Amino acid sequence: MTGMAAVRARALNWVGIVPFAVFVGLFLILPTLYIVVGAFRTPDGAFTFDNIIGLNTASIRNAYWVSLKVSFLSALLGCAIGFAIAAAITLGGLPRQMRNPMITFSGVASNFAGVPLAFAFIATIGPAGLITMYLRTELGINLRLYGWNLLSTWGLIVTYLFFQIPLMILIITPALDGLKREWREAAEVLGATGLQYWRMVALPILFPSILGTMALLFANAFGAVATAIALTGPSLNIAPILLYAQIRGDVLGSPNLGYALAFGMIVITGAANMIYIMLRIRAERWLK
Amino acid sequence: MNRFMAWIAFLFGATYFALPLLGMAEFSLSMRRGVYSLDAYRAVLADPQFQATFAFSVVMALFTIAFGILLVVPTAFWVRLKLPGLRPLVEFLTLLPLVIPAIVVVFGYLRLYNTSSWLPMTGTAMGTNILLMFGYAMLALPYMYRAVDTGLRAIDVATLTEAAQSLGAGWGTILAQVILPNVLPAVLSGAFLTFAIVIGEFTMAALLDRPAFGPYMQILGANKAYEPAALAVIAFAITWACMALIQLVTRFSKHARAQR
Repeated sequence: MTGMAAVRARALNWVGIVPFAVFVGLFLILPTLYIVVGAFRTPDGAFTFDNIIGLNTASIRNAYWVSLKVSFLSALLGCAIGFAIAAAITLGGLPRQMRNPMITFSGVASNFAGVPLAFAFIATIGPAGLITMYLRTELGINLRLYGWNLLSTWGLIVTYLFFQIPLMILIITPALDGLKREWREAAEVLGATGLQYWRMVALPILFPSILGTMALLFANAFGAVATAIALTGPSLNIAPILLYAQIRGDVLGSPNLGYALAFGMIVITGAANMIYIMLRIRAERWLK
Repeated sequence: MNRFMAWIAFLFGATYFALPLLGMAEFSLSMRRGVYSLDAYRAVLADPQFQATFAFSVVMALFTIAFGILLVVPTAFWVRLKLPGLRPLVEFLTLLPLVIPAIVVVFGYLRLYNTSSWLPMTGTAMGTNILLMFGYAMLALPYMYRAVDTGLRAIDVATLTEAAQSLGAGWGTILAQVILPNVLPAVLSGAFLTFAIVIGEFTMAALLDRPAFGPYMQILGANKAYEPAALAVIAFAITWACMALIQLVTRFSKHARAQR
């Protein structure tokens, strides 16, 4: 091939990904960049940090704080409970027929988010839900008197767990399967108890996977809008609902402050995902 | 003791998963006082708004799937064949929709493609529908791309392409008649997952103000008592069906391959 023809062939190679590049550019990168740039601009287009500083009001701080709390706690509990269930179906000595239904169900439940999920929980532990009514009429227990309210931080956490736990099960089960029997045997030969094996061998190997998945679950909960809106309406002050209200009606009274609010969300989910990716790479050193 | 703990964990999980499903099923049947009935389902199914929004979302899902296949299959194929060095970058880009919250992306759409912008897509209903479809394709991109790329890994793309070329096939023929049939199970998995995502999607449709199923469910939830539970049961059944179809397709393809 002559030089000119080679250059042309190389150029033709690039033509093949032009549609993808245009799509990702126009409908993912540019819209995001627009928001990020807008967060550092005055309405006239000059550079400024005022919008970021403007986020530091009681109401916005509170929205971020509640969001962080809900995301962190639902990720933490989702990890712990999901891990326990995954360990039960992989290493717990349960009948094998119980494993596949749990995995299949996890696949369904991790995709059953959004508006219908909120309805399911309202019908169950909402003010007139199945459990609420059962406890009140049959056992005389009024959950409200015990401070239970589905339309609250903890209500949101309990609801989010319905997709957080299955996601943890789906991600951590292969990692648990990857624990080699030889490691356990080697530990036992050296005189380790079951607890010592877990504390000194298995958990250190699984630790990056667990922490990484937790970061993923955190980001997953932080960006969730639909479940929260269907559950609480606009009443609960969390970052995604505040942003939703801002996009609909400029409740903050400044478009650029809205960009800064969205930028803050990207930073938080971006950081969580960075942690996930870094820990994932570490985890793969042992589990192959 | 260990097995005992395993049972506790399993039963706790099973109870936690079963109760909300039981709750929504029971609630959806309780519209008539004192007796179980299908009244809530009847009310929902007869609602013209339900029919219109559900049909809208089904059509959106089908267009999103068609667009997703047309975009992802050639791209994944081309990157594997001609630009393997670009794979990490392309993979990273396809995972970005999991990192950037959808609400932020749609916020950008509203600013970039509004009526006073260079590409006023939100100016007409059709333009907004197309914009929403692109948004859905973006949401589904991580799943679609990963499914197709995994499917391509299982076949020898280079050899198949050369064989087809030496028989005189052009790129279109290669993609449609050689590559696509080979990765069809993967494409179908991605398609069903896309369907499950699009059918109940709320944020993008609501902010772009389109009459989709997700916003309809949310409005109904704010105004009615029993119908939302019936909708939740329907939505759960759709999600379940999509996942079952994915499993079926995967199992079927394994079977076909083993037979050869």
